[in-house]
Amino acid sequence: MNLAEGVQTVSFVVLATMMIASALGVVLLPNIVYSAFLLGGVFVSMAGLYLLLNADFVAAAQVLIYVGAVNVLILFAIMLVNRREPYAVIRWGWLRSGATGLVCIGLFAVLCSMILSAEWAVKPIVALPSTVAEIGKHFFSDYLLPFEVVSILLLIALVGAIVLARREYLPDEASSEEAFELVERPREPVAALGASSDRPLRGM
Amino acid sequence: MALQNFLLIAAALFCIGIYGLITSRNAVRVLMSIELLLNAVNLNLLGFSNYLDSANIRGQLFAIFVITIAAAESAVGLAIILSIYRNRETVDMEQFNLLKW
Repeated sequence: MNLAEGVQTVSFVVLATMMIASALGVVLLPNIVYSAFLLGGVFVSMAGLYLLLNADFVAAAQVLIYVGAVNVLILFAIMLVNRREPYAVIRWGWLRSGATGLVCIGLFAVLCSMILSAEWAVKPIVALPSTVAEIGKHFFSDYLLPFEVVSILLLIALVGAIVLARREYLPDEASSEEAFELVERPREPVAALGASSDRPLRGM
Repeated sequence: MALQNFLLIAAALFCIGIYGLITSRNAVRVLMSIELLLNAVNLNLLGFSNYLDSANIRGQLFAIFVITIAAAESAVGLAIILSIYRNRETVDMEQFNLLKW
């Protein structure tokens, strides 16, 4: 084992341990804010693993999109819906968690046996001069249609997210400059808003 | 460093994500588990791309598509959670039974 392989192995072990531990923390920790930050740890470790797999552009995209956009979005969602509520204990809840754990362990065992027993047609790795140029060539020649469809889908998701997250009611009696005030704080449900529409909704 | 190591790590991450997806009560945590699942799939795609198809890296293209879809999915999912939270005043998955018989 020369130096490069040793470095690769050590960094793989470190990144994999970090990723699995952070993922377990995401799923198992009771505080959801810790879970969100550990999710960022999972994403960063995944970017490191992508670098080990010679995918530098995807690693950069992972850091930019997942850590920079998705994780921040999840943190904002936690801040917006942050209400500590005691969850009602459901009957047979322990049985459900236990059965799910058993099913997941069984699935992992099946996947492990499949991975370790299959004959993978591994080819020797060709060192590309630049993965970015290769990805660009693919995107604008044989994957042009999926690329454009994905851009349309992003636009649709943008419009859909705005429409879904917009508040439903329009304050009638408000003057025009007050109507654009950010009203996120009073979180009455829509039914209660309709029942008591004369209540002042702003100014909390 | 073999392909099997990366596949085993991805399988473990996928199983952790499924466990969180089924057992968590908080709706935001369910979204985080879905992100874990998508990341596991991405790791599989990149592993196959590197070890089986390293001349023309098609797996990286698919990984980029998956990342894009995941960003769109998380934006729409969080908007849905926000909308449900306004109407029901809870994020407990056990009480989101609007479409359940």
